[in-house]
Amino acid sequence: MPNLLAKGRLARWSGVAGASLVTLTTMAGTVLAAAAEHAPDAAHGGEHASGGLPQLNPANFPTQIFWLALTFGVLYYLMSKKALPRVAEVLEARQERISRDLAKAAQLKEEAEAILARVEKSLAGARSEAQGVIATASAEIEANNQARQAQLNADISERLRSAEASIAAAKDQALANIRTASTDIVRDITGRLAGVEVDQAQADAAVAAVLEERRG
Amino acid sequence: MDPLHQFQINSLFQIVLGGYDVSFTNSAFFMVVAVAAIYALLVMGVANKSMVPGRLQSLAEMFYEFVANLVRDNAGHDAKPYFPFVFSIFMFVLIGNMIGMIPFTFTFTSHIIVTFALAATVFVFVTILALMKHGLHFFSFFMPHGAPVALAPILIPIEVISYVMRPVSLSIRLFANMMAGHTMLKVFAGFTVMMISGMGALGFVTGLVPLAINVALTGFEFLVAFLQAYVFSILTCLYIRDALELH
Repeated sequence: MPNLLAKGRLARWSGVAGASLVTLTTMAGTVLAAAAEHAPDAAHGGEHASGGLPQLNPANFPTQIFWLALTFGVLYYLMSKKALPRVAEVLEARQERISRDLAKAAQLKEEAEAILARVEKSLAGARSEAQGVIATASAEIEANNQARQAQLNADISERLRSAEASIAAAKDQALANIRTASTDIVRDITGRLAGVEVDQAQADAAVAAVLEERRG
Repeated sequence: MDPLHQFQINSLFQIVLGGYDVSFTNSAFFMVVAVAAIYALLVMGVANKSMVPGRLQSLAEMFYEFVANLVRDNAGHDAKPYFPFVFSIFMFVLIGNMIGMIPFTFTFTSHIIVTFALAATVFVFVTILALMKHGLHFFSFFMPHGAPVALAPILIPIEVISYVMRPVSLSIRLFANMMAGHTMLKVFAGFTVMMISGMGALGFVTGLVPLAINVALTGFEFLVAFLQAYVFSILTCLYIRDALELH
């Protein structure tokens, strides 16, 4: 119960309590004075009253009322001014601490959730970035491959062409050699067999004609 | 052997004030002990102001919250300023009753003059409170709402008598319970002693019966000690509520 001991009102009502105690004591005192006068014998010790209930011996009343008023008054003062405010303080401090800790826990939870969201966001970013990198790399590799393929193809066809050219050249060379050799052989044979000296141009033309014939 | 001997008031220190004998007696001594014990429990209990209370602090906090709830539930939220008053009443009666459960002590709540003075304090307190709060309107309390005016001559005296009888019933309830309980304990204890002295060896066996009853009664008396303190303070709360709300 916080604010149970609101200072101002408490002071006012402790006045009321005190006033009631004083009133009571005065009232009782007056009544008892009369009682004590009517029973003067009883005022001196319990021996006379030992037959009856000690509670009903009026001689004992003033001291009990006096000490009750005194002790209860002191108790009320101590409780309202000293003891209860301290207990209230402790209870309030605990309540405050608990609610503060709860608020802190809620705040930390919120922070943790924000951090988690941030982490997930950056994770997603990293993932998409990685995918981008992978896509770029694979595209590059693909392009590279294609370029090399094309280069290779071009190389191969180039070599093929040059090989074909060199083959053709060798063939032509061989054919030319064969013609020259054939012309020489023709001239040699005709010289040896017929004794006719065929001139170079004539023999060449004849061989060319024959070769042309064969080829066709 | 006299079971009423335990209620005897014995002067420990003679004091006469204004013609009255206000000697420091065994009753006064245990009132001082009760106040000291209550103060010690509450102040030493929370001296450390621990966040996590120890045994003594738990007890002090338990009493505080118990009475705080009592006041809130029975006297209403407006009764907060009177919490220290109800708390003092409850603790004084409770500790007074409980001290009485210790052998060789004196139970000051078993004296009608003490309980009556306490009840009268409550009565005066509540009446002053009602008068301060409602002024002369307070006297409408003695005429129930909605009752026919013709019945007023009957109703008003009845209501006034029942109001004035509050301190009487409040004080007699506590006094009678405490006195009866303690007398019974003494009577049954006396039976055991009589059996032993009267029957010799057999008395040691038959004497166990009243002894067993006394053990049960002791437990019961602890309940009564608490219950009467509770009843006394709950009625105080209800009277405060009446004073604050007039019905």
